Amino acid sequence: MKRRRILATVAMLAAGSGLVACSSDDGGSDASNCTNTITKQNVPVVTMWGWYPNTQLVVDNFNKQHDDVQVCWTNVGQGGDEYDKFQTAISAGTGAPDVIMVEADRIPTFQIQGALVDIKQYGFDAVKANYSEGAWKDVSVGDQVYGVPVDGGPVAMIYRKDIFDKYKITPPKTWAEYEQAAQKVKDAGGPLFGDLGANVPALTMALQIQKGASPFTHDPAQPKAIGVKLNDQASKDVLDYWGGLAKKGLVGTQNQFTPEYISGVINGNYATYISAAWAPGYLTGAGVGKGQDTGKFAVAPLPQWDPANPVQVNWGGSAFSVTKQAKKPELAAKVAYGLYADKESLTDGWTNQIIFPLNLTALKDPALVDLKVAFFNGQQANKEVYLPAADAYKGVAYAPFGQYYLDAMEKQVSEIIKGSVTGSQAADRLQEDVAKYAKEQGFTVQ
Amino acid sequence: MTSLTEKRAPRTQPETRKIRGKVHLREHLMGWLFVGPFGVVFLAFLIAPLAYALYLSLFQKKLIGGTSFVLFDNYVKAFTDPSFLSGAWFVIRFSLVSIPLQIIIALALALILDSVTTVFARFSRLMIFLPYAIPTVIGAVMWGFLYSRGFGPLTDIFGLFGATAPDFLGSDLIFYGLLNVVTWQWAGYYMIILYAALQGVDPTLYEAARMDGAGRWQIATRIKIPLIAPALILILVFSLIGTLQFFNEPQILRYLAAGTIGSDFTPNMYAYQQAFSLANFNYGSAISFALGGIVFICVYAFLFFTRKRRSFL
Repeated sequence: MKRRRILATVAMLAAGSGLVACSSDDGGSDASNCTNTITKQNVPVVTMWGWYPNTQLVVDNFNKQHDDVQVCWTNVGQGGDEYDKFQTAISAGTGAPDVIMVEADRIPTFQIQGALVDIKQYGFDAVKANYSEGAWKDVSVGDQVYGVPVDGGPVAMIYRKDIFDKYKITPPKTWAEYEQAAQKVKDAGGPLFGDLGANVPALTMALQIQKGASPFTHDPAQPKAIGVKLNDQASKDVLDYWGGLAKKGLVGTQNQFTPEYISGVINGNYATYISAAWAPGYLTGAGVGKGQDTGKFAVAPLPQWDPANPVQVNWGGSAFSVTKQAKKPELAAKVAYGLYADKESLTDGWTNQIIFPLNLTALKDPALVDLKVAFFNGQQANKEVYLPAADAYKGVAYAPFGQYYLDAMEKQVSEIIKGSVTGSQAADRLQEDVAKYAKEQGFTVQ
Repeated sequence: MTSLTEKRAPRTQPETRKIRGKVHLREHLMGWLFVGPFGVVFLAFLIAPLAYALYLSLFQKKLIGGTSFVLFDNYVKAFTDPSFLSGAWFVIRFSLVSIPLQIIIALALALILDSVTTVFARFSRLMIFLPYAIPTVIGAVMWGFLYSRGFGPLTDIFGLFGATAPDFLGSDLIFYGLLNVVTWQWAGYYMIILYAALQGVDPTLYEAARMDGAGRWQIATRIKIPLIAPALILILVFSLIGTLQFFNEPQILRYLAAGTIGSDFTPNMYAYQQAFSLANFNYGSAISFALGGIVFICVYAFLFFTRKRRSFL
């Protein structure tokens, strides 16, 4: 009885964007299931999964400009939802699309399972100059390239200008100042200053890296050996800091991207929102910054631990990868290189702050550099904040079992929120948990 | 059988045996023919997947080193895995509270609706049953919004009295939050089963009881409840199996409950996470089988203790 309901749910969850069961389900290699309409017939079709808010436009642009190949796009869900489906398709050996949108931090996870194609052999040299070396590094494992960079996620501090003005605060430059400002607002009876969300472990990781943590060291030439360092002092400090803010009631503990959180942002329940350059796109998509909120948001650089040696970090940012299940990998690579690479798509992406492009032609475009971003009330957000942050970003080595690590991190942050552990204890537990998993998976942990 | 041989005396014994054998064979074939379609579906969609899952659960696949046969290692791991054990403990605790609650409510409603025969009763019956007709997923999403302190009605209602709304999605109250959703969803369904059973009771019994001087309360407790005991046991078993496999409601509310519901909140969710997000189908299968074992033990124990009653099993 209940089993039937469970199956129905599993099927529904599998059907794509979770709660709002969408039209096409298994995406896969069946071209009749496209979200977009393919007008050109009798042309080879490449299937693609992706969730950028403006994918429809990007795909249409690509299809319009190409007579030799057409893209069939399906949105099978955002982030984890898509990865779960891809993971299942990998295990099943069938059902994966030809091209897939993947965040840079997940590439090693899929690469180590042999699920992605090294696209260096398919016209890499022709597009190499379009992206910075750092951008290529994030989508590479060793010398091999497993994705075409599309967007990055330089992290900054989005804040409510009206709240800052009301409580007479200037954007904090260090994390110490951030805490002081939070205390000041609280003492004056103001709203929460920020949010510690358990469901954004990748952001937590980025904030730890800012302090100097380097969670994983993994050399693809020696795949068996892995360095796991999740409870060094830097990692502990960051968790203790945020755990402390939450305990003192200075920041909230809502899951981000939920209706509860978004409504909180709309209502001005949070003075700041530490997030990546793509965040405004998702906020406007959810109705933030419109109507009464118009012009209330601004952005400032991410607060620093040591202002003398600032460190910039990245959250999210994604690429198009070619899967091993692609029947025509060369054609699929052509699509991966070409999608979200034309001027019109890129311009739409950055003018609406949906993506922060990594394509150098876009990054050097004066229109982008000088853009007065509407969401930030005409602030030149790119020039002032995001471009310097992106330039200073050095890249990191991600775990080859990213999903497990991030799940484990989410669990520990939940414990911090519940108040059952301190940040340091959570870091120790995380280390133990992930090291154990790595050993179970056949790695030798250093 | 003896009468058959007597009537057809002229036949020799071996001949009779032959005919009897043919009849048997024909009966057998007919039987198999009737059972066949069910058998095929049963084998293909229940036994085969179960066998495959059992087979999978005996292996271990590593990122480095590939797949190897490990016999019962996955089960040993499951029963020493705090994630699995805490999830199992949660559903057992949840069953102990939620099942009696649901049954009591369903029984009370069924008895009330059985004694009232107005249009109002028919309307109420439909309304009480309605939550079951709403897909669990939608029900869970709806309750998630109702519980929400940001924009749900609770904040306003409690605000009228100057109080703060309780956080049913927080770790302290999530048990009750889920209890409410499950009861809301299922009590009406169980009520219909019990109501149907009550309709099957011969009304002359009530008349006899009334003549013996029994009141409404006595009729309900002494006549109605004992007579629908089989239906009660049926829904108890249903809800026991269902609750131990708890999955939908927490899985949906997970997105709304800030870190309260983890991926290992119930064993079923844990198995789902292992299989579908970590690609660990082997361990996922082992957890599923271990959970199946727990369900079997609980149901068997329950039926064992209620075996004196008339039972559907």
